[in-house]
Amino acid sequence: MKFLEKLLAVDRRIIFLFIAIAVALPLFFVVKLHIEVTPVVRNLHNALEALPPGSKVLVSLDYDPGSMPELQPMAESFFRYCFNRDLKVIIMGLWPNGPIQANVALEVVLKEPEIMKKNLKYGIDYVNLGYTAGNEVVIERMGSDIPVTFPKDYSGNKTEDLPLMKGVMNFNNIDFVYNLSAGYPGTVEWVLFAVDPYKVKLGAGNTAVQAPQIYPYLNSGQLVGLLGGMKGGAEFEIATGYPAKAVRYMFSQSVAHAVICLFILLGNFAYFATRKKKGS
Amino acid sequence: MRREIPLAITAIVGFALIIVYFIPHPPFNASKDFFEDLFFIIAAFAIWLGCLNLLKVNADKVYLKKKGWPFSIVVWFGFFLMVIVGFWEGRGFMNPGTTFYYLYDKLYYPLNATMFSILAFFVASASYRAFRARNKEATILLIAALFVMLGRVPFGYYLSSWLPEGWRLGNITDWIMDFPQTAAQRAIMIGIALGIVSSSLRVLLGLERTFASGE
Repeated sequence: MKFLEKLLAVDRRIIFLFIAIAVALPLFFVVKLHIEVTPVVRNLHNALEALPPGSKVLVSLDYDPGSMPELQPMAESFFRYCFNRDLKVIIMGLWPNGPIQANVALEVVLKEPEIMKKNLKYGIDYVNLGYTAGNEVVIERMGSDIPVTFPKDYSGNKTEDLPLMKGVMNFNNIDFVYNLSAGYPGTVEWVLFAVDPYKVKLGAGNTAVQAPQIYPYLNSGQLVGLLGGMKGGAEFEIATGYPAKAVRYMFSQSVAHAVICLFILLGNFAYFATRKKKGS
Repeated sequence: MRREIPLAITAIVGFALIIVYFIPHPPFNASKDFFEDLFFIIAAFAIWLGCLNLLKVNADKVYLKKKGWPFSIVVWFGFFLMVIVGFWEGRGFMNPGTTFYYLYDKLYYPLNATMFSILAFFVASASYRAFRARNKEATILLIAALFVMLGRVPFGYYLSSWLPEGWRLGNITDWIMDFPQTAAQRAIMIGIALGIVSSSLRVLLGLERTFASGE
């Protein structure tokens, strides 16, 4: 009985230790897990597959390094997919750190042998427009005039001088928008200010915490598809045929979830056992 | 006048933006770009204001030797280090290969990610203490949480792969996310939207004045 009472009042540092082991240890092993592609991810992949090569895809990275473990693999797999399919990528951010996160992802993807073979050129195959302050008003203004919203790119070049941006005036000249979001401003604002007024095709990747808030937009058809948390990222990697970081990290996340579930079950067992004893 | 002028500006701009949004045709749409430009300017100044406020708060902490004041020196150091390096490198200062990018990638990036990852430990500890089947509602929440936690990772598939399709943990998780969860989210969203509409109207009509006068 004393053991159960001790279990109920277990020091949180012991829980921390178990979680640390559960998260860190599996990272040293490569375990092939069965990952099913759910309909929300399949829909996003199908919408991207329908784009012909040369289509212009706007990618808005609205997060900072705090959400990097979940969203960075999504950014890398999305860029990899776009470059492999010869889609033209226009990068921007509603968060100040978004465009630099894009550079971190590009640095990884552009070094991959298959992508290097394509000899991609900045300004022709991809551009990084950077960050503009103004949250959802930036989206609103892009609906009428993208070059005015981003007069210069991330490196200080005039947007109108970039070959890829020739003829890109507003959302009418964008074939697909993909948003990686960790909060405000993010996917909700893209739905409200781009999808509804300008009928933009939007897909999104969100942190697991935020994904449930986005589900109503999926069911209403305002959002084409959604990658929810690292699992969503892993599903996208499986769907595109390039298993990478998210797939590899799923083992760690699986073990961590299992340990938390075990703790919850143990806690409840101890709670009921001690309550019965006290009652009798 | 100190109270009336801000209230009048708020009401005029607020109603003008509503008209522009719902009637996007001449002559109403002409003012849209003007108001958006104003917003961009204010947003840009707000960043400056935020930076200055950060420096002031931390300077006060150091001056008054408040608890944890040495950390404020680190804030000042980090702030000026990034600003000076950024200005020094000029155009393209955030591109790979620059010192700014190096500091971001090797210092800020792991530090920020570490801060957020600490959350996992607190979530685990809080789940252990909070998820108790004390009553009917808590039990439903607990069961849903267990299904979603296991159904959202591949372990859920292995635990339930022997069950018929549709009864597996992944399918149950999808059902929870698609129906009960979405229904609850919709109710919350509609509630919040109605609340925003009513409080916005109160601000525009001058009934809510706390933002202007501190009343």
